[in-house]
Amino acid sequence: MASITGTPGRTGTKGKGTAATRGGRRGGVLLLLGPFFALFTFTYIGPMLYALWLSFFRDRYDGIGWDGPQRVFAGFHNYARALTDEQFLQGTGRVLLYGVIYVPLLIALSALFALLLDTAITAGRRFFQTVLFLPHIVPGLIAAIVWVYLYTPGLSPIIDALDAIGVQADFLNGGGVLGSLVNIAVWQSLGFNVVLIYVALQAIPKATIEAARIDGAGEIRTAFSVKLPQVFPAVMVATLFTIIGSLQLFTEPQIMSASGNSSVTSTWTPNMLAYSAAFNSNDYHYAATVSVLIAVLAGVLSFAVTTFANRRSAR
Amino acid sequence: MTDVLTPERPAPPTPRESRPEQHGSAWWLRRSTATILCAIAAIYTLMPLVWLVFGVTKTLPELYSANGFSPSAGFHVFDNIADLFRQDDGIFARWILNTAGYALGGAAIATLLSVAAGYAFDKFQFPGREKWYAVVIAGVLIPHTAIVVPLYLMMSEAQMTDTYWSVLIPVMVNPFGVYLARAYSSGAIPDELLEAARLDGASELRTFFSVGLRLMGPGALTIFLFQFIAIWNNFFLPLVMITDNDLFTIGQGLFTWSSADGQNPDYTRMVVVGSAVATIPLILLFIPLQRRWRAGLTEGGIR
Repeated sequence: MASITGTPGRTGTKGKGTAATRGGRRGGVLLLLGPFFALFTFTYIGPMLYALWLSFFRDRYDGIGWDGPQRVFAGFHNYARALTDEQFLQGTGRVLLYGVIYVPLLIALSALFALLLDTAITAGRRFFQTVLFLPHIVPGLIAAIVWVYLYTPGLSPIIDALDAIGVQADFLNGGGVLGSLVNIAVWQSLGFNVVLIYVALQAIPKATIEAARIDGAGEIRTAFSVKLPQVFPAVMVATLFTIIGSLQLFTEPQIMSASGNSSVTSTWTPNMLAYSAAFNSNDYHYAATVSVLIAVLAGVLSFAVTTFANRRSAR
Repeated sequence: MTDVLTPERPAPPTPRESRPEQHGSAWWLRRSTATILCAIAAIYTLMPLVWLVFGVTKTLPELYSANGFSPSAGFHVFDNIADLFRQDDGIFARWILNTAGYALGGAAIATLLSVAAGYAFDKFQFPGREKWYAVVIAGVLIPHTAIVVPLYLMMSEAQMTDTYWSVLIPVMVNPFGVYLARAYSSGAIPDELLEAARLDGASELRTFFSVGLRLMGPGALTIFLFQFIAIWNNFFLPLVMITDNDLFTIGQGLFTWSSADGQNPDYTRMVVVGSAVATIPLILLFIPLQRRWRAGLTEGGIR
C-alpha cells in the first residue's frame, strides 16, 4: 500500500491534466484497488505470514499441564519434524507420484481432444464440447462421492461387469487407489482443459493452417507441427494450473478414507495431514508448518514450469 | 442441447469444409476414428452422471441389487425427493440456501472487486504498479488449500470461525479474476472515452461505474460465472470453517451424511438423491451459458 500512496505526482504518460485531476486520479486508484488489496491481504498474505510465524513456535506443556500449553519459540524444530515425519514424506511422495501420472495424462488427453474438436473431420463437435465440459459444473465433492460409489463393491455396476468377465478389481485399496484418484481427477478436469486449449486453437490465423495445407501437410501433420506449437502457451497455463491443483489433493482421498472401505488413511496426502493436525490433534503449529511446505513446493514447481515455458517460447 | 448453441456463432467456413467433393475412403476412415474417439470420451463423461440420474429413481435396496445403468422397475423419484427434503427436519433446503448465498454473494463481490482492480491496473499509472500486479499473480499460484488452514487459525484467534463471514470473506477475493479483468479492460475500454468522461468532470469512481464497468460487462459475467462455480464447488473451505449444521453447504452436508451411513444405511440413498438435486439444475442452468466461458477465455488472452 505504501508505494501507492507514497511517491506523489507521477501519473505517467496519460497524465496531462492539472494537479487537481492528478490528485483525483491517485484517489481513484486507491478507491479501486484498496478494497481488493484489503481483502487480499486479509485472506492471502495474512494467513501465509501467520502460518510462517506459527511454524517457528510450538506448544510446551509444563508439569501436569493444568495451565494449558505455553507457546515457545522452536526455531526449525517443526520443519525438522516434518522432514523426518514418515506420514509427511510418504504423503508428499504419493502426491508427487500422482502428479507425475495425472498431469501428463490430463494434458495429453486435453490436447488430443482439443485438436479433434478443432479439425473439421470430427462430427458433432459442438455436442462433444458441451458434454465434455459438464463435469466442471459438478461439485468436486459430488464427483468424488459418485465415483467412490462406482468403486464400491455391491453398489458398482462396473465391478459387477468386471466380475462377470472374471476380473477382480479393487479400486479402493492398495495400488489401485492412485489410479482411481487419477481417474476422478481426469474426469473432472478434462473438459475444462479441452476448452482452454480449444479456445487457443481457434485463435490461430486461418492463413497459417492454409499455408501448411498448401505445403502438403495432412490433418495429423498440421495438428502436431503447426497447431500444437502455436498453442504452447495455453498448454503451459493448463499444465501450471493442473500441477497446482494436484498438490491440493484432498477431497477425493478424504471421501475414500471416510467411506470405510478403503486403505486410504486420514493423513494420506500432505493436505490431509495439515487438516488432521489442525482438527484431530489440535497441533496448530505443525498444521501451519505443513501448509507452508505445501506452498513452498507449489512455488518451486510453478517457478520450474514458467522458466521452462519462457525458455521454450524464447527459442 | 446443441441447438441452443448453434445460432449465435456459426462455425467459420474453413476451406477444408468447403471442398466436400474430395472425400475418399481415407477421409471417411479418419472422420470415423476421430468421431469414435470423441464418442468414447463422451460416454466416459456421461457414465457417472447417468448412474446418478438412474439412482434417483431407485429405492435403497435397488441401489445395491439392480443394474446401476438402468432405471428402477418402479418410479421413486418424487418419493425420494420428498424424503430428501424431510430428512433431519428438512435441513437439506437450508443447505441449498446457504450454498446459493455463499455463491451468489461471494461471486458478486469478487467480480466487482476484481473488475475494479483489473481496471485500475490497466488504466492508471502508479508507482510500483507491476510489482503489485506480480503479488496478485503470485496469489493465483498459491494452492488454495495451503491458505485455508492458516486462515482458519487466524480467524479462530479473532473468534470469526463458524459464521457465514468465515466462508464469505475468503471467496470474495479472486486474483485470477483480476488477471482476466486487466485483459478485458485493455481490450474493451478505449482510453479516449475515459479522457472524455474526465473532461466532463466525472470523478474517477463515477467514470469507473458509468464507463468502465458498463463496457466490461461481458468480461465481468465470465468472471462471475467462474467464481460462482468455484464457490459452489468449494468443499475444503466450509469444511474447515464451519461446524454448525445450520451453516453447512450442500457438499459439507452430503459429506456428513455419507460418513454416517454406517449408522443409518438410508443415508446412502439421501446422498445419491441429494447429489443429483444439487447437480442437475446447475448443469441445465449453465449449458446455455458455456459459450460465454469460451468467449471470456478468448478475450482474457489465454491462448
